[in-house]
Amino acid sequence: MAKVVIDGKEYEVNPDNNLLQECLSQGLDLPYFCWHPCMGSVGACRQCAVKQYRDEDDKEGMLVMACMTPASDGTRISIEDEQAKDMRERVIESLMISHPHDCPVCEEGGECHLQDMTLMSGHNYRRYDKQKRTHHNQYLGPFINHEMNRCIACYRCVRFYDDYAGGTDLAAQASHHHVYFGRHEDGVLESEFSGNLVEVCPTGVFTDKAFSENYTRKWDLQTAPSVCAGCSVGCNTTPGERYGTLRRITNRYNSEVNGYFICDRGRFGFDYVNSDSRLRRAVAQVNDEAAEMSDEQVADLLAELKSEGAIGIGSPRSSNEANYALRSLVGEENFYSGMADDERAVSRLILELSRDKAFHSPSIREIEKADAVLVIGEDVTNTAARVALALRQSVRNKASQLATDNNIPVWQDAAVRELAQHERSPLSILSAYATRLDDVASEVIVESYENQAAIANAVAARLSSNAPATAPLSPELQAHVDVISEHLAGARRPLIVSGSSNGQIELVKAAANVARALQDKNEVAIGLCLVQREANSFGLEMLLRAENGLGAALDKLSKGEVKKAIVLENDLYRRASHAAVDAALDNAESLVVLDLLPTRTTAKATHVVPTTAFSEHEATYVNYEGRAQLSYQVHQCKFGAQPAWQWLHSSDVNAIVQECSEEAKGFDKLSTLLPGIDQFVAGMKVPRQTHRYSGRTAEIANLNVHEPKQPQDNNSVLSFSMEGIPALKDASVLGASWSPSWNSNQSISKFQDEINGELKQGDTGRLLVERTESGAYLMPETDTVQVAEGQLLLARSLQIFGSDELSAHATAIQQRATGPYLSLSPEDASRLGISQGDAVSLNGNGAIATACIRSRMKTGTASLYVDDSIDYYALPAAIGPSKSEQQGSDRSLDGLIISDRYEEGY
Amino acid sequence: MFTLIKDTLLSQVVTLWGVFMKLFDKKDTVEYPDEQPYMFPRWRGRIILSRDPDGEERCVACNLCAVACPVDCIALQKGEMEDGRWYPEFFRINFSRCIMCGFCEEACPTNAIQLTPDFEMAEYVRQDMVWEKEDLLIDGTGKYHDYNFYRVAGMEIAGKGKGEAQNEAKPVDVRSLMP
Repeated sequence: MAKVVIDGKEYEVNPDNNLLQECLSQGLDLPYFCWHPCMGSVGACRQCAVKQYRDEDDKEGMLVMACMTPASDGTRISIEDEQAKDMRERVIESLMISHPHDCPVCEEGGECHLQDMTLMSGHNYRRYDKQKRTHHNQYLGPFINHEMNRCIACYRCVRFYDDYAGGTDLAAQASHHHVYFGRHEDGVLESEFSGNLVEVCPTGVFTDKAFSENYTRKWDLQTAPSVCAGCSVGCNTTPGERYGTLRRITNRYNSEVNGYFICDRGRFGFDYVNSDSRLRRAVAQVNDEAAEMSDEQVADLLAELKSEGAIGIGSPRSSNEANYALRSLVGEENFYSGMADDERAVSRLILELSRDKAFHSPSIREIEKADAVLVIGEDVTNTAARVALALRQSVRNKASQLATDNNIPVWQDAAVRELAQHERSPLSILSAYATRLDDVASEVIVESYENQAAIANAVAARLSSNAPATAPLSPELQAHVDVISEHLAGARRPLIVSGSSNGQIELVKAAANVARALQDKNEVAIGLCLVQREANSFGLEMLLRAENGLGAALDKLSKGEVKKAIVLENDLYRRASHAAVDAALDNAESLVVLDLLPTRTTAKATHVVPTTAFSEHEATYVNYEGRAQLSYQVHQCKFGAQPAWQWLHSSDVNAIVQECSEEAKGFDKLSTLLPGIDQFVAGMKVPRQTHRYSGRTAEIANLNVHEPKQPQDNNSVLSFSMEGIPALKDASVLGASWSPSWNSNQSISKFQDEINGELKQGDTGRLLVERTESGAYLMPETDTVQVAEGQLLLARSLQIFGSDELSAHATAIQQRATGPYLSLSPEDASRLGISQGDAVSLNGNGAIATACIRSRMKTGTASLYVDDSIDYYALPAAIGPSKSEQQGSDRSLDGLIISDRYEEGY
Repeated sequence: MFTLIKDTLLSQVVTLWGVFMKLFDKKDTVEYPDEQPYMFPRWRGRIILSRDPDGEERCVACNLCAVACPVDCIALQKGEMEDGRWYPEFFRINFSRCIMCGFCEEACPTNAIQLTPDFEMAEYVRQDMVWEKEDLLIDGTGKYHDYNFYRVAGMEIAGKGKGEAQNEAKPVDVRSLMP
């Protein structure tokens, strides 16, 4: 700790940081643009000028940039000094010289950092009467709008997009006051994190295109703290609602999970909530006729099914409460997994490994700190994108180390990058195809699943003599093993990443073996990050008995052992071969399906019961670490849908959470997530609407001028109105952050106990599973797939835009999604007579995919991305693709972002 | 005794006399509705939405009137025309709540919303006091005749490209090497 004097007052600060960061940590107002808490300082905008004094007797002082000055002990500065204030006012006057007269028609207006800083600096009149420089805009794809005139050249966009997120298609162009931030030509921004530009840009150059189409000012959005249901990371989000529809999603800061950034699937994949095709009424299909059901009829039906021993099939995309409610209705012995069997087996293993003392599940923040990483078979960019962004930061730890060794503060961003050049911490990737992280990887090994597991097990054997012995590898692969082992052995915080997305249990076993081998050596718990495909895969697995897989449930139905089933928010055709699902569902006398959108499974149902979307109910989800997080209800559902837990159990979510933590094994900490009303000022609720919420007495006056009572929320600590005490200094249930003078998302610094620290009174979630058991090495079981002459060994690809069931229904996401495609090596393609973009028949069974020839695919292997049109689980492990005359998907490969697309002639 | 009369009775007589003399003054009231009073142009009465000098809707749906409104009686939704202009998809004022404070007019950055001298807005049914955009939008410019927001704003609309607004330079050619 160091002592600095700011305007005559003494503060305790951290000397490793710069003055700007420490001023903000102390809650002082100091304007800035180019500095970002996650990206350090470059001193580009000159906005944070303060007066620094040599000592107590120095009355003159000198102007310095707070962001470029270390907060060393004894520093004396003044923010309020007239000269410093004058400098800041002049700087913003120059920055604003060409800023257009746009605020009323700018999506950023009302949450604009530039507006806030202009006001804070005191600039209010444009004295420069010459012409404003203007720019042409670019088309940047379905997510982002571009309005370059508004740019103040702070460089934050390229520093985030290129330096932080590893994008390659956004750059600063031209020079002096002509500087331009855009692509080399119009086109879709390729990065999976492009949506963060909206929040990173201090003004309205990059704005949310999907939001603009249903635009509402920030102050008019009804918000609540929520958790993203797009993948297993569980990023914290703030969805906003107006006039009954969900309008946008923004990042919500959680120091342990997502920090300041979320991926584009999470940000843009939500508008299925507003879809016209949502299921609206409970319907019974009697003799091919649909009859509406009342709430009582549904309750009677469920009670009847319960007494008749119906089975329940859960869902990894549903909350703990919904799954628990179904489990308690049908009984634990009748509650089955809704995951594909292969994926579910991995999920079970992940749950077992999560109890093992030898490992620990790193949070996103801990992943960023890893100094050597081995990724085994999991394409994290497409399955848990936020993990990929964290891995990108982990390779910079070498740079931080070099900087520290050379006495350069780590926040000196440009200096640290200059010093490190291309020095990176090791990141080794074993994958079936080239991934989006390869550009920062030290080792990229494209191999079949079997060889990936063999390499990983060889690494384990190399690291520890206790690990299972492995068969000798080819010299080429052995060389990789040597390098990877050396990297991991030399690291202080090694990390192993794998996951269940491919359904390959051998990969996860091998990952556990490598981590255990490291633990043998280091005697500390080793980071083992095992991601899953869906938001609550982990929570669902905790509720299940080991033997209750989906295959067992389908078997029981098709054999007629049970005649009735309840399926919770799950399209079973995505989980098993269509033949198996058909056999089971056709055999069921009574099939109740609860879901929010129509699926192939609801089409088979005898009774369809409509449920609410993630923003319409309160629920908890467990992420890949085993971290349970509470997601609050944002708005009410205006039609007959109810939360699944309400249909199945009771209407009080608090009671269900309470019961779940008492009854279900491993969930005992769940109820501690619920806030008590007594923790708020005078026991008053926290409003979901801002204090500036407008139009209350007019928004539904067209229907009836006599205003109804505000809807009440009896179960939650939040209210559906402006009434209550807003979270001004208390972040325990913070939706959209706001603080006086800070209307933009930068106001989050007012809620952090220090910059980048935890939120004051905030909740980072609870790690549910305790690590008490000690395990052993897992014996690899090699089950070599027989590949006939001419056949290709099949691996599975997933896509960030399209692989998730619900977000794939969102309009913005659909514009980025591709149809099914088969990745092939150029050698195999030419042997099979297939050229780029051809329709390919996969196995003669009618399944068609587009051929995508990739220069770095391994010969003899292929990788398939499927959408709902392909019966994936009916495909064998090796396929013989052939060129098809039939036209496949109408979506071409144009939107596909891969680095190794093969171009003939190159 | 005389002091008592002087302090009480006399003052009443003087007051009565003063009131009596008012009978011969010029009247401030008029025989409304037979006779219409003169209303000052800046009188804060019925709210209208005006058009710019080119006849286009002035309102850009920025929501500032709605947020300035102390009784929250303005609700609207932003939409976007094919030509790039922002406009309100609906614009509703609940006049049964409106207090004619004029904050909306003060907040309006495009001079779209204006208060007019018309005060005859009584209705028998309260529901009829809810006015939609069709009821509010007039054909003229209202009190402010010359202002056209899009001539000043940097945003591109059909017929006005980048660099064609007032006081704007031609768009930069980023590929040029000239200083």
